[in-house]
Amino acid sequence: MSEILRFATAGSVDDGKSTLIGRLLYDSKSIFEDQLDAVGKASEKRGMEMDLSLVTDGLRAEREQGITIDVAYRYFATPKRKFIIADTPGHIQYTRNMVTGASTADLALILVDARNGVIEQSRRHSFIASLLRIPHIVVCVNKMDLVDYSEEAFEKVKEEFREFAMRLDVPDLSFIPVSALKGDNVVDKSDAMPWYEGPSLLTHLETVHTASDRNMVDVRFPVQYVIRPMSDEYHDYRGYAGTVAGGVMKPGDDVVVLPSGFESTIKSIDTIDGPIEEAFAPMAVTVRLNDEIDISRGDMICRPNNQPVVTQDVDAMICWMDETASLQPRKKYAIKQTTRAARIMVKDINYRLDINTLHRDEDATEISLNEIGRISFRSTLPLFIDEYRRNRETGSFVLIDEATNSTVAAGMILGESAG
Amino acid sequence: MSYELSHLRELEAESIHIMREVAAEFENPALMFSGGKDSIVMLRLAEKAFAPAKIPYPMLHVDTGHNFKEVIDFRDKRAADLGVRLIVASVQDTIDAGRVTEETGARASRNRLQTTTLLEAIEEHRFDALFGGARRDEEKSRAKERVYSFRDDFGQWDPKGQRPELWNLYNGRIKMGEHIRVFPISNWTELDIWQYILEDKVEIPSIYKAHKRVVFERDGMLLAENEFTERMEGEEPYEELVRYRTVGDITITGAVESDADTIEKIIEEVAATRQTERGATRADDRVSEAAMEDRKKEGYF
Repeated sequence: MSEILRFATAGSVDDGKSTLIGRLLYDSKSIFEDQLDAVGKASEKRGMEMDLSLVTDGLRAEREQGITIDVAYRYFATPKRKFIIADTPGHIQYTRNMVTGASTADLALILVDARNGVIEQSRRHSFIASLLRIPHIVVCVNKMDLVDYSEEAFEKVKEEFREFAMRLDVPDLSFIPVSALKGDNVVDKSDAMPWYEGPSLLTHLETVHTASDRNMVDVRFPVQYVIRPMSDEYHDYRGYAGTVAGGVMKPGDDVVVLPSGFESTIKSIDTIDGPIEEAFAPMAVTVRLNDEIDISRGDMICRPNNQPVVTQDVDAMICWMDETASLQPRKKYAIKQTTRAARIMVKDINYRLDINTLHRDEDATEISLNEIGRISFRSTLPLFIDEYRRNRETGSFVLIDEATNSTVAAGMILGESAG
Repeated sequence: MSYELSHLRELEAESIHIMREVAAEFENPALMFSGGKDSIVMLRLAEKAFAPAKIPYPMLHVDTGHNFKEVIDFRDKRAADLGVRLIVASVQDTIDAGRVTEETGARASRNRLQTTTLLEAIEEHRFDALFGGARRDEEKSRAKERVYSFRDDFGQWDPKGQRPELWNLYNGRIKMGEHIRVFPISNWTELDIWQYILEDKVEIPSIYKAHKRVVFERDGMLLAENEFTERMEGEEPYEELVRYRTVGDITITGAVESDADTIEKIIEEVAATRQTERGATRADDRVSEAAMEDRKKEGYF
């Protein structure tokens, strides 16, 4: 079992997201006394008792307005796992922040108010989780205290959610009835809901199985940096440094280097403590080959019988993140995909997606801030791509506006497009 | 066969990835080194990222002049062992040149003055990327900062205008005069740092471990008796068994009473403690609810 679990939450103050996180930190004793003091004082100022939602407040503007604007990262650990929470705002105008938080998450925590059932916002968050291929979704049916801890209310939400989730691609979906305010089923199992036989939220987070989530089949090693010590001791040393993006690499393996197509075998996989027997995602290692081949940053090492698609024409889903300009056909951007940098031109917008209804607007002529759509583009250099759903590392990219240097889009590759 | 990394090795891999990315994409990076445990771990990670080659960037120390001698000795030895160039940017020089005015009185601190010295060093050496050892668990405005944190011509951080940061794809594009602060250990916690120091046998300055020191109490903190701080009325010095949880300017860094004289004992202590390290030991963060956010906007670390 992986020791780190990265999970994303989305939501606004109203649905109890901050209270839930505050509760998780508080009941697992991950809040320090001085932080609690600060929360106590701030709660008092607002004439409230201890308001746990204030634990997650970040910037001055957020405290002043009582809202979450940006992704905040929070940390806590239990003897079983270390947790990294990407805490994101839930409103549609912050879709890009949700996408950002979701990009590295193993699990998405979605809150549904037991009184209201599945609303537009829950659907949107679930869709983003599935678009970003978060392998595990946990739906916390919150505010159970306000529906008399009724099993029927819980089952109703569950049914509703399942029906909607069938249209999405969600490999693992669980439901937990909770009251973030009262602490039911957050850290400890609740006595108020004897009919619920599953684990508490924390127990679920501690035990969810993530081992099979990473791609351990397709060897992908994007070369990041070439290490050449040029010292007397390591005169001829030439190592290719990078982070394994898929598969398992071992000394002696046959490899091919893209884009040149030259083949060689792995001589050794080095770390500062000496050579190692194997490397797998997400290890950061240095690979040496048995043949002298010209290799530089942006090249990719993989197996001759298992290569990514090499192409300049790509189909992808994108989320647009820039407020100043929209994406339109024929516009040009810089692209960063694995360690590869190139330029692209947008060829076509296939459709723009309404993320509330999943309706596809095929007549769309632009994609603007917080909108999601399917596009095709052509790049100046061949890219080495995998489908995003097969490999999040080699299937993702960002677009950068060359005039402003802003990161303007997040992209998930669907495949090679017809040139 | 299980293909799983321990949490420390996963964090390590992420940090190494970031450090290599910067080496590949920037012209002139530098690693900010304070002699504190976080920058020590960061330096160790840089060593790992480029072995068997040397770290391809210099170390930069912004020196307030109010140092713990143990820390300065440690800094010099580490730089010499690694064969890395050490650049010292001195707050005293900035004061002598009349570009900042020193605070006076018993509570005088050079903390805020460091920003000017740092920005001058960045300009003088034309650094385009600076590694910092900040962690997101340290403080609430840090929790929202990117790994690649963009700074404009004036070194300012704009918390509302941050670039989206997705997967492990970092946007390091800047214009002339701008730079990026890079925080490769963003996702580490204080406990992770200590566990790593233990597991990897990372050397640290002796003042992190329990030792006898003459201290006096101010605002509930134990400050070291030192030549730079005037004591106020009622602040009587006495000897105590203490250690430091953070290392910074001697005039504002508090010690905690402790008998933890090994890394194992320190970890036990950290795991059981109910105070954040900054809350317990840093006068600079106690000024207001948004003290750190305000300083960061001005270009602070």
